[in-house]
Amino acid sequence: MSTITIDGREIPFKAGQTIMDAALEADIYIPHLCHRPGLKPHGSCKLCTVDVDGRSASSCTLPATAGQQISSNTTDLNEVRKTITQMLFVEGNHFCPSCEKTGDCTLQAVAYHLNMLDGHFPQFYPRREIDASHASIIIDRDRCILCALCVRASREVDGKNVFDIAGRGSDAKLIVNAPSGKLVDTDIDRDDLATHICPVGAIMIKEHGYEVPIGRRTFDLHSVAEPGIEPVILRKGKHTDE
Amino acid sequence: MEPSHDHTNQSTTSLIATANRDHMNCDHLLHRLYAIQKQFHHIPKQSIPALADELKLPVSQIEAAIDFYSFFHRTARGRFDIMFSNCNSCGDMTMMQYLCDQLNVVPGETRSDGAVSISDASCIGMCDQGPALLINGCTITQLSNRRLGLIAAYIQDSVPLEEWPIEWFEVHDNVRKNGLLLSDPFEPGSGLLSAIKQGAETMLANIDQSGLRGRGGAGFSTGLKWKFCREAIGDAHYVICNADEGEPGTFKDRVLLSSHAHTVFEGMTICGYLIGAQKGYLYLRAEYRYLLPSLQAVLSRRHKAKLLGKDILEQKGFDFDIEIIVGAGAYICGEESALIESMEQKRGVPRVRPPFPVTCGYLGQPTVVNNVETLAAAAQIAVQGGDWFNAHGSDKSAGSKILSISGDCLTPGAYEYAFGVSIQRILDDCGAKDAQAIQVGGPSGTLISPDEFERTLGFEDLATGGSFMIFGKDRDLLKVIQNFAHFFAHESCGFCTPCRVGTTLLRNSLDKICNGKGTEYDMDEMRRMAALVKRRSHCGLGQTAPNPILDALERFPELFHERLVHSDFEPHFDLDAALEEARQLTKRDDAEAHL
Repeated sequence: MSTITIDGREIPFKAGQTIMDAALEADIYIPHLCHRPGLKPHGSCKLCTVDVDGRSASSCTLPATAGQQISSNTTDLNEVRKTITQMLFVEGNHFCPSCEKTGDCTLQAVAYHLNMLDGHFPQFYPRREIDASHASIIIDRDRCILCALCVRASREVDGKNVFDIAGRGSDAKLIVNAPSGKLVDTDIDRDDLATHICPVGAIMIKEHGYEVPIGRRTFDLHSVAEPGIEPVILRKGKHTDE
Repeated sequence: MEPSHDHTNQSTTSLIATANRDHMNCDHLLHRLYAIQKQFHHIPKQSIPALADELKLPVSQIEAAIDFYSFFHRTARGRFDIMFSNCNSCGDMTMMQYLCDQLNVVPGETRSDGAVSISDASCIGMCDQGPALLINGCTITQLSNRRLGLIAAYIQDSVPLEEWPIEWFEVHDNVRKNGLLLSDPFEPGSGLLSAIKQGAETMLANIDQSGLRGRGGAGFSTGLKWKFCREAIGDAHYVICNADEGEPGTFKDRVLLSSHAHTVFEGMTICGYLIGAQKGYLYLRAEYRYLLPSLQAVLSRRHKAKLLGKDILEQKGFDFDIEIIVGAGAYICGEESALIESMEQKRGVPRVRPPFPVTCGYLGQPTVVNNVETLAAAAQIAVQGGDWFNAHGSDKSAGSKILSISGDCLTPGAYEYAFGVSIQRILDDCGAKDAQAIQVGGPSGTLISPDEFERTLGFEDLATGGSFMIFGKDRDLLKVIQNFAHFFAHESCGFCTPCRVGTTLLRNSLDKICNGKGTEYDMDEMRRMAALVKRRSHCGLGQTAPNPILDALERFPELFHERLVHSDFEPHFDLDAALEEARQLTKRDDAEAHL
């Protein structure tokens, strides 16, 4: 079987797998936000940046090929990832202590994992719209990190097309596929994957705030680097330890 | 050879007439949005659902595109909608302010009577004859305060554009030095005849042997690209001519499309013959919309001459047609996979590669995307042979390169040189004395200082897509770099974090230094961010965006140090400026309302 080497550890891969696929199967954690197994890789957050034979690449999109020498868990790369995470924080409006998603938020968890202690850069303070039109789902764009997980989940899993990313540069924004631009006018359901997949607090269920106390939330009990964490993240608020 | 194309014999009416429907798909999203905006001076929200229905596209895809392209607007623009180039070479923001003052317009806004709106735009490709602007999509060059005064008067009197002086809209070729491509007379059809006579295999070998490499700047072997595409399996193959010439300071494709369009279209057709494509597209930047009627006329002539259409030159089964798609103001669409996305009626966001367009391009099919100049060179190679081309240039850079020379020199214009030419030779030819720096290959290229003027153009030393901006000793070079930083922050597509956020952070840092508030700390931060954006971005835009800053830090560190305040730290945040909103709300501006 063909293999690649990540941080000195040789791991196998199957034809068609990306470096991220192979790493996840071998229980190697490469930080990521816009990737989720089962959805088409996006390669936009760049948190899973690795050096492959000396060249920078996104591990979620680069196909694994035999003999690749990959650096991932290095001081330099973790510093790059921490900076990218800080960039994601300052371009939006994130209020962790008062956000319902705190403790269940993957952005926050990755920040802790990378030992990020502050936003470092001057805040952008963008003005972004809230969409509270839907009876049971709210969009708070202040926290959106443009990972497009909801866009892909809706199309690829839910068989709908509820979301898209519009605009350009730092004006890019999450939009809703309806003439009114409002979530209430779409066919989204509470049980859709797109409703639950948001890694931050940008898409949330209404009227169910703070049911799990802080201290008992996903990342209070688990590390984001834990193998097989993805289903636990999705179950947020209902996890078995409760 | 095509007659020189100075438009002097055409009437203004035909010059600014909307291009006809020939060789264009009117149902393409970008074309439909253009038509709607032409009618309503913006894209009305209520027009979108009907358009979505008609084009069978999701509403969100149309909404996403409108906000992506700079030339589409959500609120009504003036009946005269003016965009001044903000480029270092063909822009002049003091002139924009002058016209705004004349017409009582706030930059970026529409005057309350709806008559006029004035804003700025990234380089519009008129760097050899600036300052320049676009008015309702038409180009006016060689601006002066006198001309602006007259423009203001015409606008005040609501004189239709068709009645404005014709000479204002003239765009000159300004070819100053001919070389392999610009001087050679090209007989339409001669390249195709030669290709057919040689047969596809031999012709392809000839292109390979010529050593021709992509003229957009990246320099991939054209022969290899065509071979890969020919060998790729697909339902259809496509040829795309990338005429989205957006690199600030570049205008050589404008010259080729004005006066050598036959050669360019013939290059596309030959490529189609070799790779087995039946369809070609010319993706034209919106800033060159004025070229549409003449390009369409050339395509019609080629149809009549059996150089396009069915059974070209009586070759049974050799069918090839060319369609033009006009962009809408987005530098990123010059990146080949972003260009393909734009052709597919989406935002121009670069794709993940691999797969590359040669195997999975337009509509998922094998596609060749080549620069205008590459295709023109290929047509000439078909006639003259690979050896003819390879005999010119340097070891790793065969043939010639057309440069767009602008900035502080006596004779800006198009210059064609064999590769291997020194910077000093070029400066001597265009009459540039006392240059303090040259931006070779545009902002995404390399900024060099006078002690490097013996360096040469070519893939082995200074690679270039053709932009060559000269900055004389009296220029504020830091302001030039600041302009480039603003350009990249404006043009970043927003897909990946390093470029989306990083180009804005770099712009803000440079603004702070230029405003005399920067410290050594800001310099270190800027260096660190520049390195991250360059190395970790998704595509070529982000990977080159920090180049002007990094080059300037290396070669002209004193530019920055002169402006630093000598303290360890100064905040980005300006408390007095932050109170402005409160002052406006309370309608106060007295001393007490300031810190």
